[in-house]
Parts: sequence; C-alpha cells; structure tokens
Amino acid sequence: MAEIENDSLPILPPAELEEVELYHATNFWTKYVFSQDAKIIAIQYSGVAISVGLIALVLSSLIRLQLGFPEMFDFITPETYYQFVTMHGMIMVVYLLTALFLGGFGNYLIPLMIGARDMAFPYVNMLSFWIYFLAVLVLVASFFVPGGPTGAGWTLYPPQAILSGTPGGQGLGIILMLLSLALFIIGFTMGGLNYVVTVLQMRTRGMTMMRLPLTVWGIFTATVLALLAFPALLVATVMMLFDRLLETSFFMPSLVEFGDHLSYGGGSPILFQHLFWFFGHPEVYIVALPAFGIVSDLISTHARKNIFGYRMMVWAIVGIGALSFIVWAHHMYVSGMHPYFGFFFATTTLIIAVPTALKVYNWILTLWNGNIHLTTPMLFSLGFIVTFLNGGLTGLFLGNVIVDIPLSDTMFVVAHFHMVMGVAPILVVLGAIYHWYPKITGRMLDERLGQVHFWVTFVGSYLIFFPMHYIGLVGVPRRYPELGDAAFIPDSVATLNSFISLAAFTVGIAQILFLYNIFRSLRKGQPSGHNPWRATTLEWQTAQTPPGHGNFGPELPLCYRWPYDYSVPGASEDFLPQNDPGPIAKGGSA
Amino acid sequence: MGTALVLVILVIGSVVFHVFSPWWWTPIATNWVFMDNMISLTFWITGFVYVVILLFVAYCVYKFRYREGRVAAYEPENNKLETWLTIVTSVGVAALLAPGLFVWFQFVTVPEDATEVEVVGQQWGWSFRLPGADGKLGTADNRLISDDNILGINPEDPYGQDDIVIDGDDLHLAVGQPVKMLLRSIDVLHNFYVPEFRAKMDMVPGMITYYWMEPTRVGTYDVLCAELCGTGHAYMRGTVLIDTDEDYALWISEQTTFAEMSTDKKIELTNLGDP
Repeated sequence: MAEIENDSLPILPPAELEEVELYHATNFWTKYVFSQDAKIIAIQYSGVAISVGLIALVLSSLIRLQLGFPEMFDFITPETYYQFVTMHGMIMVVYLLTALFLGGFGNYLIPLMIGARDMAFPYVNMLSFWIYFLAVLVLVASFFVPGGPTGAGWTLYPPQAILSGTPGGQGLGIILMLLSLALFIIGFTMGGLNYVVTVLQMRTRGMTMMRLPLTVWGIFTATVLALLAFPALLVATVMMLFDRLLETSFFMPSLVEFGDHLSYGGGSPILFQHLFWFFGHPEVYIVALPAFGIVSDLISTHARKNIFGYRMMVWAIVGIGALSFIVWAHHMYVSGMHPYFGFFFATTTLIIAVPTALKVYNWILTLWNGNIHLTTPMLFSLGFIVTFLNGGLTGLFLGNVIVDIPLSDTMFVVAHFHMVMGVAPILVVLGAIYHWYPKITGRMLDERLGQVHFWVTFVGSYLIFFPMHYIGLVGVPRRYPELGDAAFIPDSVATLNSFISLAAFTVGIAQILFLYNIFRSLRKGQPSGHNPWRATTLEWQTAQTPPGHGNFGPELPLCYRWPYDYSVPGASEDFLPQNDPGPIAKGGSA
Repeated sequence: MGTALVLVILVIGSVVFHVFSPWWWTPIATNWVFMDNMISLTFWITGFVYVVILLFVAYCVYKFRYREGRVAAYEPENNKLETWLTIVTSVGVAALLAPGLFVWFQFVTVPEDATEVEVVGQQWGWSFRLPGADGKLGTADNRLISDDNILGINPEDPYGQDDIVIDGDDLHLAVGQPVKMLLRSIDVLHNFYVPEFRAKMDMVPGMITYYWMEPTRVGTYDVLCAELCGTGHAYMRGTVLIDTDEDYALWISEQTTFAEMSTDKKIELTNLGDP
C-alpha cells in the first residue's frame, strides 16, 4: 500500500468519552415530529427547505415572465416584481441553501461520517429545526398580510426598505422579514453550535481531523463561518426593526420623503451595508464550502480515485473561510464608502481566488487517471465544475475594483452570482441527493430520469446565465422590471431576454421530473443495498440501510484510514472503507 | 464520449458567442477607456483559463471514462505540481490586480482643475446644480429643503447665491473639461448611472459622494438609476448632454441662479398677496 504522508496514526487512541445513552423515542410524535434523531431532523430540514425553495422557483419564473415578456401580464406591476425578486433572493440564499446544506446535509451526514451515534445535543437540535420552521412560517405569512411582503431587494438596504416608496416598507412586510431573519439566526445558532461541538468532540476512535471526509470539513467550516457572520445580520435586523418601529435612527439620516421632512436624523445607511455584507460575504462561502466538500467526495467516489491533494483541500477550505471575513466591502465599491477601501478589498478579494483555483485544479486532477463512472452524481459534479469555474472567473471581474465600477449593478452581476452561488451549489445539492438517497431510503433513484434531469438542468441553466452576462456588458441595470426607452439598449436585448426566459421555464419544469423521481423511487426504486457506490466513508458501512436509531450497531466503527482509499494498489477491492483494518492496517487493532 | 463532446461544444459555443455576440458595451464618452481595457484584459486571461481547464476536463472525461478492468491511479499528493499551480495562479491574479489598482488610483485622484457639478437624486427624478460664476458650490442640507428651496441650498452661504439650479431639465457638460460629480440624495439610495461614462457611484442621504471624469465625446446620453430606490426605480430617467464649448456657453447663459429663483419666488408671492 502506498504511504499516505498525512495519514500516520500509530495506534488507535483510547476512547475519550464514554458512550452516552441516547434519547429513545417511544411514540409517533417523539419519533417523527418532535424527533431528536439527527437523521429525522435532517429530513425535516430538507423537506421544509426544498418546499420553500419551490416557492422561490415559482417566483423566479414570474420574474422571468416579466423580463422575457414585459407588459404582457397585468398582475406583475413594479410593486409585485420587486416583491418577487426580494423573496426569491432571500429564500434561495438563506431559507433554502443555508438550511439545506447545514441543517439538512449537516444533520444527516456529520454523525454518520464521523462515526457518532447522534449529534452532541439532540434536544437543542430539535429546537433548532422548530425555530427554523417558525421562521419559515413568518416569512411565508408576509405573502398574506396587507401590502404584501417587502420589495426592498434581498439586501434590504435602508432607507428605502422602511419607507413608503418600497412595497411592504410601511406595512408589515419588512417587519415580518426582519423578524423571520432574527428567528432563523436564533434557530441556526442552536444547530450550528451543535454541529461544531459534534465534529470536535464526538468523532469515533481513529477519526482524526485529517481523516475527516471533505464533506464534513466543508460543513464544519461553513458552520463556524455562519456562527461568526450571522450575529452581524442579527444586529442589523434588530436595529432596523427599531428604526422602523420606534423611529430610532441607526441607519436613517435626516431626509425628505416626497416633500415631507421625516423625524429621522444622524444615522448611516452605509453602516447597514457594512453589517449586512459582513454577514453577506461569508454567507456566500457558507453556501459554497459545503458544496466544495460534497463535490470532492462525489468526484472521488465516482471516479474511483483518491481526492488529489487532500491536505491542500483542507487548508484551502479553512483559508477561504478565514479570508471570507475580510473581503465583504467588495460588494460596496460603488456605495460611497471611502475610496481607499477599494485598494484593500480588491487585494484580499483577488487573493481568495488562489485557494479557490487550487480547489478547482484538485477536482480536475482527481479525474485525471481515474476510472470515471458517469453516474448522475458524477454528471452533476461535472456541471458544478463548469458553472463554478465560470462564476469564479467572472468574480475576477467584479472583485477587481476598477472593473467593478462599470459592471456593478448591471445584469452582469446577476449572471455572475447566479452562476457561482445559485446554479453551482444547487447542482451539488442535486448530485448529493442522487448520491445519498439510497442511504436515506434504501432505494436507488431512477438513473435514466436522473440523467435527463441533469442534462436539462445543466444545459438550460448555462443558456440562462451565460448570455445574461452580455446583457450586463451592454449596460442594462439589474432590478428593472422593464427596460423602457434607452438609446443604448438595442431591441435585440428584448429578444435575448425572451430566449433566456424560455430556457428558465424549461429548467423549472424539468424539476418536476426530479420530484417525481424522488417520490416514485420511495416505493418503486431498485433496492440499493448498504453501499451501492462502493464508497469508503462510514455512513456507507452501517449495519442497516437506512441507518437505525443510533446509526451504528452495538459497536461504533473504528477508523483506520483516510476517506479516500480508492484503487489502492494491492488491495482486493477498488475501495477500502475507513473502518477496514485492511491488509496492512495503519492503526493496529483496537 | 457524449459528455466529453457536450463539454467541448459548450466551450466552443461560449467562445463563438463571445466573439460574434452583438451585445457589447456602448461606445465610451469619457476618459475611462482604461476601464474598458481592464475588462478586455480580464476577458483574455479568464477566457484562456476557462477554455484550457474545460478542454482538459473534457479530455479526462473521455480518456479516463469507466472501462471494465481499468484501475485508477493512486496518487494522494504531488507537492511539485501543487506548488507550480499555486505560483502560476498567483502570477495570473497579480497580472489582473496590479493594473487594476493602478487605474483605481487614477479614478480616486481628482485632478485640481476639475469643476464641480452636483447631482441630486430623489424618488424618482434628477436635479442638478452648477457652481455659477464664483466656481464654488454653496453648502446644502436636506433639512433646509422646502418648496422654495428644493435642493436645500444654504441661503446664508454667499457661494450658494450664484449657483445654477436645474430642476426637471437636462444637464449639460462641456467636452474636454474634467468634472467632479458631487452626488447627493434627499431621500433614499440612488446611483447616478450613465453607461457611456463607465463611472458610477451611489448617492447616499446624509453624505456627499463623488467621482470624476473628463467628457470626451459630444452627444446626448440617458441617465438611469442603478441602485434600487423603490417602485419607480426603473423609471427614474434623465438626460445629460456633452456639448462643444460654444454650445455649453450658450446653454449656461440661459440658466437661472439660486438668487434669481428666490427673488422670482418672492415676486410671485408678493403678486399673489396683492388684493
């Protein structure tokens, strides 16, 4: 067996902690509703996140209806358009992607992958989900209040967010939005602390930090980021609530609204932007890092090859996470902040491109000399590489302050961030669902439907967002429900917009195929067995599929190796599970 | 095979689209041609990386696709390769950053001879103010805004009396004369956006933001708002003209000053007050 430099552990260490007795549910309610089992909570989180995500999908279709075919639909006014845009953005970033990656995949995979029976704090875990659920209810309720939800844009910039010129600004819309965010953050903090403690404290014997699958590294680091970043947003939401309800002036300078002198004075709108993006930029990586981790494991497993440069991958995740806290104001190059900030933030932003690029190289070098099975999860991973690379490279435009000036606030930005933190992570989410569905249900998803789903989603998304960059280059601003008369916008832009909308509808409809596959395969899918992908990580080595209460059998698995022992020379199979002492055990017996 | 082929088609299609796309930036009307050059440079570098990497992926997908009996290589790390990739990437990034920061320095350094022009945004329209004969703008404050003083110009400030106020009309600028655009908002965030100028900046109530440029091409240009400012955001339009020196001189001679406006108002009010 080849020597793995970073995987030297002479003997298995003794157990640090005694096994703790789990909470054993006795009836339907405690088992499936107020469950304390991370796997059930994961499914609850995922179910709610995907449901609210479907609302966001419908909203995006409404946005595209308006952009592709302006003035054809009377029910889409500027007011409703801004409400659709705002709710679509907020739902996708926070209530879908953050909740799904951390609450969904985190809950399911962390305990199983590190060889633990459950999360460290199962009761807090349950509370975390229910507070998240409450946050979603408050958010959805804002669709039904007089005046409707807020239309302030997902960035909620004051002063307009709480004034009458913006939908929901003087109604309940903005209040419910801010309350919902605050609830989300409280719920997330409970879950997040839990994930971090679990990874640090509950790993099975032999599972060193440098033997963690990259999925766990990604989710773990993203959780740390979220725990540090979300408080900034919490502060901002509370202060804005005060400004709105108590007429404080944290973010409100003296201003004249439609001829009326308002009682505000002395506050700073830019302060809000700093707080928002101090959260908002790490948020990009809160979504991206779990995707990085998961896609690494998918590529390695389905290419039957060890991930290339594991240590580099870990340090890149940690490095990107750390750097993500000092780049936030690249979202504010045209905000009017001191221009010298531009030098600092452009430099840090472009530096972050280096570890990010290394990750891309390492995924591709993992394919090199592999034995690539073009399964649905692998296809989605390849789709991720294309879209993430595309979005990462356009990030070099927008991160470089002087290039951002002409492109800022145009459709180029919309195309960029959809490619890099919309399409790319969602392709990973879909690939991951195809990959882990057999473990969660014991049945395979239909492969042929999966391939069709992939091709329509991937090619369709590319056709939506690649040409959109060029609409931005023309100079078309974002957040315009219609372009109106402007000499610099040729008529052909409207044609391209219609084309993009048709591509968007196709991608939207293709998701029905996916939902059909999910529900149909619950009963009719091929039985998967315990380890259909012949993967190495511990979740595939459970005695039951789906794993029972407590995850593993009477004995916790012991970890003898890193998670990427695929195609090890001399081994009888093309994979060696982490709990396999193997022909030449690194760890020695327990 | 099919997957690799689709990747190759995607790369070729993207390049062809880029080259033949009719959608490109508007002809520039200011000195910021550097910005266009930086975008071009960034397109060259990132485009090269994009094509090379994706073609390499397509090659791997084709060459190393699953075959019965194929055994994948086992190579956890390769320090030399990883070091080289780090260096090459860093050089590429520096090649973008260095000229970018150089141009940024020019952008944030306003030349001494730039004349000041104030742009004021409010839901949902534009007003403008020029410094008048003394070359200086008077101070202004949102708290001073009234029906008679729509921009909140300080009536006590002598510099403000000869300021030219343009409300509901087009802004004119003289070609070749560097201008410092002082940006002010009286309600929410706006952004004074003329695509042909390339430069843009938010307008923030409570503070004065700015950028500078030198108009280089005579013509008429659309003004749009580029920072979401409520339901009228997309309809907040205006027009700015870049004039020859003669046209500009003629136009400016027809404008009214703040002092004249106040007197006009007073006369109007007096007339109204007459029985």
